[in-house]
Amino acid sequence: MPELNAIAAIAGRDLLKFIRDPGRLVAAVVFPFVMIFLLGGTLQLNLGQSAGFNFIGFTFTGFLGMTLFQSTAQGLSSLMEDRQNDFAQEVFVSPVSRYSIVFGKIAGETLVAIMQVIPFVLFALLLRVPLTPLHVALLVPVALLSCFMGGAFGLLLLNTMSDTRAANQIFNFVFLPQYFLAGLISPINVLPWYLAVLSLLSPMRYVIDLARGVVFSGTPEYSRVVLLSPATNIAVLAAMFVVFMVAGTALFVRRETSR
Amino acid sequence: MVRPCSRRQSRSCLTDKLPIMAPAIEVRDLVKRYRKGTVNAVDGVSFDVEQGQFFALLGPNGAGKTTTISILTTTLGLTSGTVKIAGHDVVREASAVRREVGIIFQNPSLDMNLSGEENIRFHAVLYRLYPYRPVYRLMPAGYRHQVRDLADVVGLGAEVFKPVRRLSGGMRRKLEIIRGLMHHPRVLFLDEPTSGLDTASRRNLWQYIRDLRKQRDITICLTTHQLVEAEDADRVCIIDRGRVVAIGAPHEVKVELVQETLHIDAADRAALRRRLVALQLPFNEDGHFVVRLNGRTAYEVVQSVEQPLTMLRTESATLEDAYLRLLAGEDA
Repeated sequence: MPELNAIAAIAGRDLLKFIRDPGRLVAAVVFPFVMIFLLGGTLQLNLGQSAGFNFIGFTFTGFLGMTLFQSTAQGLSSLMEDRQNDFAQEVFVSPVSRYSIVFGKIAGETLVAIMQVIPFVLFALLLRVPLTPLHVALLVPVALLSCFMGGAFGLLLLNTMSDTRAANQIFNFVFLPQYFLAGLISPINVLPWYLAVLSLLSPMRYVIDLARGVVFSGTPEYSRVVLLSPATNIAVLAAMFVVFMVAGTALFVRRETSR
Repeated sequence: MVRPCSRRQSRSCLTDKLPIMAPAIEVRDLVKRYRKGTVNAVDGVSFDVEQGQFFALLGPNGAGKTTTISILTTTLGLTSGTVKIAGHDVVREASAVRREVGIIFQNPSLDMNLSGEENIRFHAVLYRLYPYRPVYRLMPAGYRHQVRDLADVVGLGAEVFKPVRRLSGGMRRKLEIIRGLMHHPRVLFLDEPTSGLDTASRRNLWQYIRDLRKQRDITICLTTHQLVEAEDADRVCIIDRGRVVAIGAPHEVKVELVQETLHIDAADRAALRRRLVALQLPFNEDGHFVVRLNGRTAYEVVQSVEQPLTMLRTESATLEDAYLRLLAGEDA
């Protein structure tokens, strides 16, 4: 129970920081507007008919998965900010398990990421993406899994970085290729073999595909949009999560005390 | 009797008295070499601090003070040696150690995005004192009373609810002290706690720490550059280049390392000079006579001199004099 309280306090701090940051709040509304209304709408008008599926729904699920995954992963880099502005000392000198610190951080960034995708869902509903209450309910566990996956991935990346500047460069380097390899806005049903291999290694691919599996379930377009069954995506994500989490936490704890 | 420790002795230079009960801090042959380091940042440091003592760890920049404190508070791993806090080993029982210690860091470690109270609440929950609630009003009454009481004690009052970024440097330090004391630590580490504070804030802070020692049987371990702050310590430990070079009560360190001097002058200087030579008192002439007392009292010397004096002044050693003398000796 005390560890749960500590996790809640660490998570609550992240959420509070997000709510108190006007810039991030504005971005959380403007970004979905640009991506769903402008990009999604344009793609639907120009490519929707030839693609044979709802391109706004496709874009929505792509950005939904990407935001959940990437926001949580990048949020973990605030552990580095804490180290740079000395707040990490306060956390690390406390009698809280290092694992709880990591879980708290992932939980906090998960809450932040979920807050950020609420406008996405609202814009998608406005643009008549066929989202039923069941779809929205199913997207909740998908969102949690996607965020946990992002958190574990971010934790692993964190151990390769020395400061926040390096973090930004590494995140750009790691995430940008995944936008294309994971099929964020363009289908990846057909890829040259080397890109297909890289695509299979991209965690974001499984996050986005899982979201599409939920939103497009029961539609005639399902087989043209969704690459793997939700069960397969969940199994791959769960395996990746365990590997990233164990390796990331071990490296993180070691790095904090074995300087 | 305290003695400066030679480089060879420093690995085993312990306190003059062995404590009967488990010391609050027990450090034995502590060595720390950073992963990319070529020399040991801490090189065989040993000392004990008894419960309730005010212990000061002194040394120049890079001496290994903060490294030592980081190891003692479990935020940094050690290379070899043993460290126990309140009987708990810092490696095997890190969590138990963390419950026993409070620390005021050299660099402020507050979250500027939160209010003072939110910073305290975060700490209180991490130390398992209270369950987490997202707002102050929902926190248990015990917590709210404790925060208000401590805020009043350090003179923060309602300012504690302001965002940290709007508080002055002195207020932030006070806030860190409240936070460090919330869980009633047995050992409070103060790592250069007054750095960046103005004179008034520094004085207030020390007054509060003195009051605190009177109220609670708390062990204080201080690192500082301000040697005057260590004058009140029960024991001081001077380290340089990772090794203990002297340890003991401040007056012992001073007596051993710095002579008390008597500054005198007379109208008949030649007679006074002859008299000092006859008394076998070592002296220098620097516009007047500077006589080293060599264990005698100033009164005894003045009586022996017999000449009518035109100037009379004694100069006592400060800890700073002893410290500088010691470090100069180390460099020689």
